[in-house]
Amino acid sequence: MSHWFDGIPHEFLWLFGSLIGLLGLASLTGALLARRRNDAKKAESIENLNARINAWWVMVAILAVAFLTGPTMTLVLFAFASFFALREFITLTPSRVGDHLSLFLSFFVIIPAQYVLIGTGQYGIFAIFIPVYAFLLLPSITAMRSDIEDFLSRSAKQQWALMVTVYCLSHAPALLMLPLPGAPERNALLLFYLLLVVQMSDVMQYVFGKLFGKTKIAPLVSPSKTVEGFVGGGLAATAIGGAMWWITPFTPLQSAAIAAIIVVMGFLGGLTLSAVKRSLGAKDWGVMIEGHGGMLDRTDSICFAAPVFFHVVRWFYAS
Amino acid sequence: MRPSSALLVGVVKLLVGAYARWVGTAPSDAQRIYFANHTSHIDTLAIWSSLPRALRRRTRPIAARDYWGKGLKKYIATRGFGAVLIDRARANPEADPLEPLRASLREGDSLIIFPEGTRGQSAVPAPFRSGLFRLANEFPGVELIPVYLDNLHRSLPKGALLPVPVVCTVRFGAPVVRIADESKESFLARARDAVIGLADRKSA
Repeated sequence: MSHWFDGIPHEFLWLFGSLIGLLGLASLTGALLARRRNDAKKAESIENLNARINAWWVMVAILAVAFLTGPTMTLVLFAFASFFALREFITLTPSRVGDHLSLFLSFFVIIPAQYVLIGTGQYGIFAIFIPVYAFLLLPSITAMRSDIEDFLSRSAKQQWALMVTVYCLSHAPALLMLPLPGAPERNALLLFYLLLVVQMSDVMQYVFGKLFGKTKIAPLVSPSKTVEGFVGGGLAATAIGGAMWWITPFTPLQSAAIAAIIVVMGFLGGLTLSAVKRSLGAKDWGVMIEGHGGMLDRTDSICFAAPVFFHVVRWFYAS
Repeated sequence: MRPSSALLVGVVKLLVGAYARWVGTAPSDAQRIYFANHTSHIDTLAIWSSLPRALRRRTRPIAARDYWGKGLKKYIATRGFGAVLIDRARANPEADPLEPLRASLREGDSLIIFPEGTRGQSAVPAPFRSGLFRLANEFPGVELIPVYLDNLHRSLPKGALLPVPVVCTVRFGAPVVRIADESKESFLARARDAVIGLADRKSA
C-alpha cells in the first residue's frame, strides 16, 4: 500500500512542519496581544499584524493544496483569486451599460480560458491571449453597442483590470507548468518560494518601516512606504530568499539576486496599484474581509512579481 | 436551511458579495419591514442573502409575479428564498395587491419590499408608492428598516440577461419612527429620505 506522502520531497515536509509550528506560535502571540486592550494606535498595528498572519495561513494552505492534490486545484484556487480581484477592480471602475457584455465575457470566458491554457501548458497562447486577443476583441464588442462616452477610458481601464488581476496573477500558478529538471514537485516549491519572498518582503518592510521609517517615498500614493522600510525590509527578504536556495534550482547567490528582483517588483506592484486605487477614489480595494481590505490589497505585490519571476525561471532554468 | 437556499445564497455572494453593513441598526429577530431602493432583479436576492442565516427563515421578499412567477424563476423564488409573489398587472382590479403581504405579516414574518414599485436606473430612488404607508399604519408593531443597495444596477441593468460580478454592499439604517397623524406624503418622503441618507455614507 502506498502512502499519500510518497513522492513528496523531504524539503516540503520540513518546510511545512516548521511553518505550521511558527505560524501557530505567531497566531498565539497575535491573539494574546489583541486581548490586552491597548490604545487605538497600538490596537490598529496589532490588527494589521494578525491580518498578515492570517494571510500566511492562506499561503501555507495553498502550498499544501498544490502538493497534495496537484496543479489542477492550485489553478482553480488562483482562478478564483483572479475572479475576486477583477470583481474588486470593476466595482471601483466606472462602467456604462454598453460595457455589460464585454465585462461578462471577461469574468466568465477570459478567466477560465486563461487558466485552462495554463493548465494545458499552452505557453505560446496563454502568454498573448489577454494582451493581444482580449485587448483587440473586448473593445470591439463594446464599440458595437455605439456608446462613445468615455469609450477609450472605459476600454483602457477594463484592459488594465484584466492585465493585473488575471494575466499577471496567473503567472504564479503557471510556475507549476514549467519544464524544470527534477521531479514535478519541484515546481510547487518554486511557487512557494515566490510567495514566501513576496510575503516576507511585505512583512519586513512593514516592520522596518515601523521601527526606522522616516523618509516617505510617495506620501500621496502610499503613506506607509518609506526608504528605510524598503531598504531594510528588502535586504532582509533578499537574505531570506538567498537562504532558501536549497528548495530551488538556483545557487545561493543566484537565489539572493532573484529574491531581490522579486522584492523590487513586489514593491512596485504595491506602489503602482495603490496609485491606481487612489486614482479611482478608494482607500482599500474591497471589503471582502471587513477591516482588512480586499483580494487585491493582499495580492498586489504578487501580481507584479509573478510574471517577472516566471520569465527569469523560464529563460534561465527551464529545460 | 434547505440545500437549494444555501446554493442560492452562495451564488449570490459569489456574484455580488452582498456584504451587510448595519449602520443604524443591528440584526434582530424583531418583526420588520425592510424597504429598499430598486435597481435590478438581483435586489431581492442580495438583501435576503445579506441577512444572517437565522433571520432569513422568517424574512420573505416580495417579488413581482410577472417576472418571478414562471418556470425556473418561480422555483428559485418560492423554494429558494420563500418569496411572496404579488400581482403588479392587477388582473383582477377588485383584488388588493397588498393582501398577500398582510397575510405574511399576520403570520409574524418579516418582509422585504421595494416601495418604488419598479426598477430605477439612478442612484436616487423614485418617489415611493403608498403601500408602505398603509402597511405601516395597519401593523404598528413592526419595525420599518430603510435599506440602501449600491451597484446592483451595474450588475444587471434593465434589459440585460446575464449578471456581471460587482461588489454590492447592503446598508441597513435606523428604524423610521411613526409620527401620529402624519400625512401619507410626508411619511413616504421621510421614508425615502431615510433610504437616500444611507447612500451618502462612505462604504466601510
